[in-house]
Amino acid sequence: MAKVLLEMKSITKTFPGVKALDNVNLKVEEGEIHALVGENGAGKSTLMNVLSGIYPYGTYDGDIVYDGEVCEFHNIKDSEKKGIVIIHQELALVPYMTIGENMFLGNEQGSKWCIDWYKTYAEADKYLAMVGLSDSSKTLIKDIGTGKQQLVEIAKALAKNAKLLILDEPTSSLNETDSRALLDLMKKLQREENLTMIIISHKLNEVSYVADKITVVRDGSTIETLDATTDDISETRIIKGMVGREITDRFPKRHDVEIGDVMMDVKDWTVYHPEFSERKVCDNVSINVRKGEVVGIYGLMGAGRTELAMSIFGRSYGIGISGDLILRGEPVVLKSPKQAIEAGLAYVTEDRKGNGLVLTNSILRNTTLANLNGVSKNTFIDKDKEYEVAVEYVKKLKTKTPSVDQLVGNLSGGNQQKVLLAKWMFANPDVLILDEPTRGIDVGAKYEIYCIINDLAKAGKSVVMISSELPEVIGMSDRIYIMNQAKIVGEMKASEATQENIMACIVGVSGEDSGADSKGSEG
Amino acid sequence: MNGFSMKNVMKKNVMTIALFAVYVLFVILAAAIKGTNMLDPSVVTSLIEQNAYVFILGAGMLMCMLTGGNIDLSVGSFVCFAGAVIGLFSVENKIIQNTTSTPVTLLIIVGVGLAYGALLGFLIAYVRIPPWIATLAGYLAFRGLGTQILTTASTTNAISNFPKSLLAIFSGKLFESAWGVLNVPCLILGLVGSAAVIFINFKSRATKVKKGYQADPLWFVIVKSCLIVAVIMFLTVEFALDGGIPVVVIWILAVLIIYGIITEKTTIGRHFMTVGGNAEASRLSGINNKRIMFCAYLNMAILTVIASLIVTARTGAANAFAGQEFELDAIAACIVGGVSAYGGAGTIVGMVVGATLIGVINQGMSLVGVDQDWIKIVKGLVLLGAVVFDIMSKKGNKKQ
Repeated sequence: MAKVLLEMKSITKTFPGVKALDNVNLKVEEGEIHALVGENGAGKSTLMNVLSGIYPYGTYDGDIVYDGEVCEFHNIKDSEKKGIVIIHQELALVPYMTIGENMFLGNEQGSKWCIDWYKTYAEADKYLAMVGLSDSSKTLIKDIGTGKQQLVEIAKALAKNAKLLILDEPTSSLNETDSRALLDLMKKLQREENLTMIIISHKLNEVSYVADKITVVRDGSTIETLDATTDDISETRIIKGMVGREITDRFPKRHDVEIGDVMMDVKDWTVYHPEFSERKVCDNVSINVRKGEVVGIYGLMGAGRTELAMSIFGRSYGIGISGDLILRGEPVVLKSPKQAIEAGLAYVTEDRKGNGLVLTNSILRNTTLANLNGVSKNTFIDKDKEYEVAVEYVKKLKTKTPSVDQLVGNLSGGNQQKVLLAKWMFANPDVLILDEPTRGIDVGAKYEIYCIINDLAKAGKSVVMISSELPEVIGMSDRIYIMNQAKIVGEMKASEATQENIMACIVGVSGEDSGADSKGSEG
Repeated sequence: MNGFSMKNVMKKNVMTIALFAVYVLFVILAAAIKGTNMLDPSVVTSLIEQNAYVFILGAGMLMCMLTGGNIDLSVGSFVCFAGAVIGLFSVENKIIQNTTSTPVTLLIIVGVGLAYGALLGFLIAYVRIPPWIATLAGYLAFRGLGTQILTTASTTNAISNFPKSLLAIFSGKLFESAWGVLNVPCLILGLVGSAAVIFINFKSRATKVKKGYQADPLWFVIVKSCLIVAVIMFLTVEFALDGGIPVVVIWILAVLIIYGIITEKTTIGRHFMTVGGNAEASRLSGINNKRIMFCAYLNMAILTVIASLIVTARTGAANAFAGQEFELDAIAACIVGGVSAYGGAGTIVGMVVGATLIGVINQGMSLVGVDQDWIKIVKGLVLLGAVVFDIMSKKGNKKQ
């Protein structure tokens, strides 16, 4: 393969306070399948957003050379005109429109003012045949499964005359068979249409299967590019590239914390997706946490960690929940968040803006939200007491704010996270489930959050910390569960954990039940 | 810590200041152009009596809007329907023979309100019908139902001749005296009210100082108290000269004080704000969102019944045109009064200022002799201006 179709030269992209991409170089040749791998937050998606014009020209440094010319994409339309089409992880299809309508959304067939439906459906059928989908183009999207929807997305991209197709985690929501079909389709398109593709994926077995070249991204930099024909591209080799960083003392140590009896024990916990009721989001999960212990749950996005936490927290997510929940040795049934809070649980969400804080309210009101009874008598709020509580937590957690009357929406991410923690600490729980407690906050604030977690453990609380940052899980936990595709695939003491053996659990190199997965991918 | 700043105080009370300015403007204009005295006791009393329903319905609408900008479009029609039902039982008496007793009528109408409120609340909170659709159905159905009852029950398509016992509860004057004579009980009540306001203001400052919290400067508390007392005493004297306290004022005060306390001081009021501010966060904080939505609409129906009784008693008749556009008046009062159209923020005081501002513009322009159509145009512009101002000032805050 000769011609270089795309070259991204020393791309640097900075967000306020964070350097998301640092001098990244990427070279893609015409007709190849190029894989981008890396941990969550390594910068893969940012790079693709730069390429497709979602982050417009001028907001980053460096050059994009495509098809021999330097490009300046100001929006997604510009890049699509050149034939660069991106398919996002979350499918962007309208459920109550037909396949055909969806495929030509924003690219309507016919004259300027009038859609030619005959042409639309004829064209749609043509591209559907190309991706091997036999359903009629007049079927509603909601009536076909996720696997077929993914094919529709690809057909939609082809209909836009894609020359370079970017697939962001295309198989994350697919089962084994559908994933395999999709990967084979990619190979077929490469062979028959000479289509160039970039695939972003966490599933390294799939990457090894499909890719001609693999570029490893870590901490916003490209580390290396492996060539399938000349280099070793085994999963272990890729992992080495992905996690090859050293752990510095970014994590404060806990001293003299006594780990006591089992506080919370979850047994055989199974949860189904609220909309796709046949899909398990937690499959026979059993975990426990002791008094004074910090238990980490590591898993990539979509592994079912948040679903597990929320379903434990008063069944606030999922349907058909089964399994036993034992608190302080007593089996309990918690049917609502209210009951969960009363039983001594707290769920500190990963999405502080979405479902954690009321951004239009003050720090004061957010702090007491989960435990209003703690500052009121007979439903009357004691405002003086409420004020004292808010001030106390601002001091304790070192929240930076001019006053407790400040609206939470005006605070920085790290300070918002502290308010969220304050809210749940004031509810005085015994078990705190922290979901990605340091997502999107700067290094200094992270260290402070870690100190708070240590203080909680010291105070005899049980902490379950969900995280997709490996160093964080290893540095902060006493014990680690590894979760992948709705199952717990490993458990180890933090002292025995290394980045390699945790990642190995996930890709199933040493895991017991994922042997079937890798066999499936090779056969 | 944030210091006390005059700028912030002005910003917070900009609508109140606007209300004062507009009122003074119309007093001058009315006197200059038509020679009418807007400060005349009967004019002031009628301003309040005419707008009584806005205050009552506004309190209910505020609770609905707090839960996320939800509105109730059916209140106007329900006022008409409730009026017809009241007439049916207390005057026409077609259903239960010889039971024109006022307590029975009241019981029945409150029951009807509770039933409608519970149904509406159930449909919105548990069946999850969007509020504006569920209440649009009521808007259409109750207007028709009310009219139908009136035409069937009465040859004149209206019911009047309500019993005195009913009218006295919702209209007329308390401690009635001759017009123009200073009414002593009224004055005493005004003084007691003023004293209470002064006491509360100073006591709350004293507590803050004692506990070491940030408190407003003493001069500010004095000025604030003086202004509030001035308003109370102004109204007191006007009422006293007009032959006593209008009964509706007692109803208005009761409703406003109760809802003021609920929204400001109680956990349930806080829950209303939280549901509107971020429904998911509220659910995960152990708040039963559905119950809050249910309560909002149940509560609205009960206040609508009170408004209906007040309106029926004031006009002395139930007719098919009663309550027209009441829902819009209540919504406008909330919006002008700074209640967030997206939910989560708003106060009773704000709503009262908004309702009064619209009422003053209405009355002032009529007295000056402006055409009804123009009054509507101005009201529309005021509504729009209030929202634009609200959004702009919030943007300004963020920049700082």
